[in-house]
Amino acid sequence: MKPKRKSISYSKWGYIFILPFFISFFIFSFIPLADTVRYSFYEFYRSGIKEIGPNFIGLENYKSLLQSDMLKYAGNTFILWIIGFIPQIVIALLLASWFVDIRLKIRGKQFFKVVIYLPNLIMASAFAMLFFTLFSTNGPINSIFMSIGIIKKPIDFMGTVFGTRSLIGLMNFLMWFGNTTIMLMAAIMGISTDIFEASEIDGCNSIQRFFKITLPLIRPILAYTLITAIIGGLQMFDVPQILTNGQGTPDRTSMTLIMFLNSHLKSRNYGMAGALSVYLFIVSAILCFIVYRITNNNDPDGSKAAARKSKRARRG
Amino acid sequence: MKKKYLSVLLTAALVTGTLAGCGNSSDSGPGSSSEKDADSASEGKIINIYSWNDEFAKRVNSIYPEVKKVSKDGTVTTLKDGTEIHWIINPNQDGVYQQKLDEALLNQESAAADDKIDIFLSETDYVNKYTDAEANAAMPLEELGIEPDTDLGDQYTFTKITASDINGVQRGSTWQCCPGLLVYRRDIAKDVFGTDDPEKVGEKVKDWDTLKQTAGELKAKGYYTFSSYADTFRLYGNSIAEQWVKPGEDTVKVDPKIMDWVKTSKEWLDAGYFDKTVKGQWNDDWNKAMGSKSKVFAFLFPAWGIDFTLKPNWDGGDGAWAVTNPPQDYNWGGSYVHACVGTDNPKHVKDIILAMTANRNNLLKISKDYLDYTNTKSGMAETAEDSKTYKSEFLGGQNAFEYFQPVADKIEIAPLSPYDQGCVELLQNSFSDYFQGNVDFKKAKKNFETAIVERYPDLKGGVKWPE
Repeated sequence: MKPKRKSISYSKWGYIFILPFFISFFIFSFIPLADTVRYSFYEFYRSGIKEIGPNFIGLENYKSLLQSDMLKYAGNTFILWIIGFIPQIVIALLLASWFVDIRLKIRGKQFFKVVIYLPNLIMASAFAMLFFTLFSTNGPINSIFMSIGIIKKPIDFMGTVFGTRSLIGLMNFLMWFGNTTIMLMAAIMGISTDIFEASEIDGCNSIQRFFKITLPLIRPILAYTLITAIIGGLQMFDVPQILTNGQGTPDRTSMTLIMFLNSHLKSRNYGMAGALSVYLFIVSAILCFIVYRITNNNDPDGSKAAARKSKRARRG
Repeated sequence: MKKKYLSVLLTAALVTGTLAGCGNSSDSGPGSSSEKDADSASEGKIINIYSWNDEFAKRVNSIYPEVKKVSKDGTVTTLKDGTEIHWIINPNQDGVYQQKLDEALLNQESAAADDKIDIFLSETDYVNKYTDAEANAAMPLEELGIEPDTDLGDQYTFTKITASDINGVQRGSTWQCCPGLLVYRRDIAKDVFGTDDPEKVGEKVKDWDTLKQTAGELKAKGYYTFSSYADTFRLYGNSIAEQWVKPGEDTVKVDPKIMDWVKTSKEWLDAGYFDKTVKGQWNDDWNKAMGSKSKVFAFLFPAWGIDFTLKPNWDGGDGAWAVTNPPQDYNWGGSYVHACVGTDNPKHVKDIILAMTANRNNLLKISKDYLDYTNTKSGMAETAEDSKTYKSEFLGGQNAFEYFQPVADKIEIAPLSPYDQGCVELLQNSFSDYFQGNVDFKKAKKNFETAIVERYPDLKGGVKWPE
């Protein structure tokens, strides 16, 4: 019989070191989370300074949410997100592939990296406040346009659906494209230069190189960007909230899901807000799952499907 | 395999963690309740006052005789006996002030003596929520040792009714009384009417029909009568016959007066009597409308509006504005001072309330320094007479009290409900879209219905519109 302990296991130290995270996660994230789910089955809010509930009402909150305009706000959220996300990912990909391209020899790369990242450092609410002032009907943008002579009357940016939505999209784009660029640059730099060199020798032009080599190889990072952007988009709140004063004006067309949730929290309506959070959770879980599948399983080489196929081929 | 599960778990943990930010859990309060109760007989060292701006703080700091010094940032006022007043200020907008106050009130019992709220302020829009007998947040003044009938005998009766609960027990007191006037630009009046004399301008704006004609004259010269549709709201909104929500009911009842406001506002906006670029009040555009470059002829303001809002936004010299009678008598606002149930400084609180809201000399001083129309009937009669002492430099030497007094005597406060602020705010927001042509009338009504249930989930009965 060999002695049981042949090698010393250090794994318990690993567990001990990650323990603080799990304890704080459990206390500060998990318990509130469970509470949110629990309260979603209750009628629990405040009227004036009197507390009503909690009374168990089953799925009543979920039902009345479905009857409310929730789906419309989900649509708003999606539109606002897509307006910001498309230019964000396109510009970020473009900038990232330019910045890492050795042959372009861009000078002051470091400087530009800092500059494009800067908008992200400003607090979103401050940024929204700034835009609110800049684009108000009597604000500087309008007076500049008028003094140049482009327009005669001030444009009411925030009075139209198009204007408000574009402003929100523009802000989200400005705030996040730098972040994405830097992430994608890291991804592209992770690709071995040999592959690029080989492709060039084979007569690959830069567009082919981008679509046939760069894009497929940064797919995991792209997936990550997409997932975080989706979750971030679902939680879009501060920019439209500040820009429209919490009203989602005009006609509630820029009201996002979290703003909707926030307006429930004004009356401390934990039940309704909890139910809405659960919906959000389900939606983001589904979205994450879909994105995960799409980005990981269609890869012709190196993906699970391909691996399975080759395994089968070898066996057979 | 194990690793894979772990990574899935970690990812799940991360995702849930990020999403958990939406949830709100804030029911953990400090649990040191009983130990401090013992020394409640003696006064605490810190008086906490909750308010939404520094209006009350400014008046206390300059008028209250016990004040020794004020800290540089204005957040702490030290009294002569060493007690400190801590000012806890949260903005009114979007209900932030009430949220913070409500949170603190819920924790009032368990809070340490020095963290307890001692005094809080409320506005006419939501005073009813806090004077509610059942909620019992504001202490009846009698319990403090203030006798409303004698100690506050000189106050305007409507302010006392406003601060009373359903049983007629007075639970708050105010230093101001807010009859509103029409404040107009003298230069524009001269340009359009050839005179800036308050009497003559008053003739031109004496009722809505006359004012509408005058608005046409102003328009012809390129001026706006008022800045926005929200400006006239108080004149209609504070003369409603029935409260928005009757006690014990769960239906919002929109008064016909409110619909009149909607109708007239749309008409006036389309006719160009309002500045289209100003949407509502308390925003940057509105503030700019009070500047010298603006084309707005007049604002409808009570005394605090002139001193607290108009004056800081006016960038020209003194004497450019004047007041005259409004097209309709109205009352706007009023800050009520309440002693909070559970205060550990009842003596100080009593003294502050009496000194700031019932002492005639102090009130007259406030009137003189801040142009406040203060809550003393006899005192205000005096100010209306005494044009020498109470003339305002800002109004070009005019004695505004002469115009305030007749309005104040006629004020009948509209019946209040705890839901007033939300109703007023959300109605203005919903119809704002209609005025600007973004939605039709029906949709605006529907948006109000949606918004009101979101804000007040207990109003299950929906909204009843006048025929």
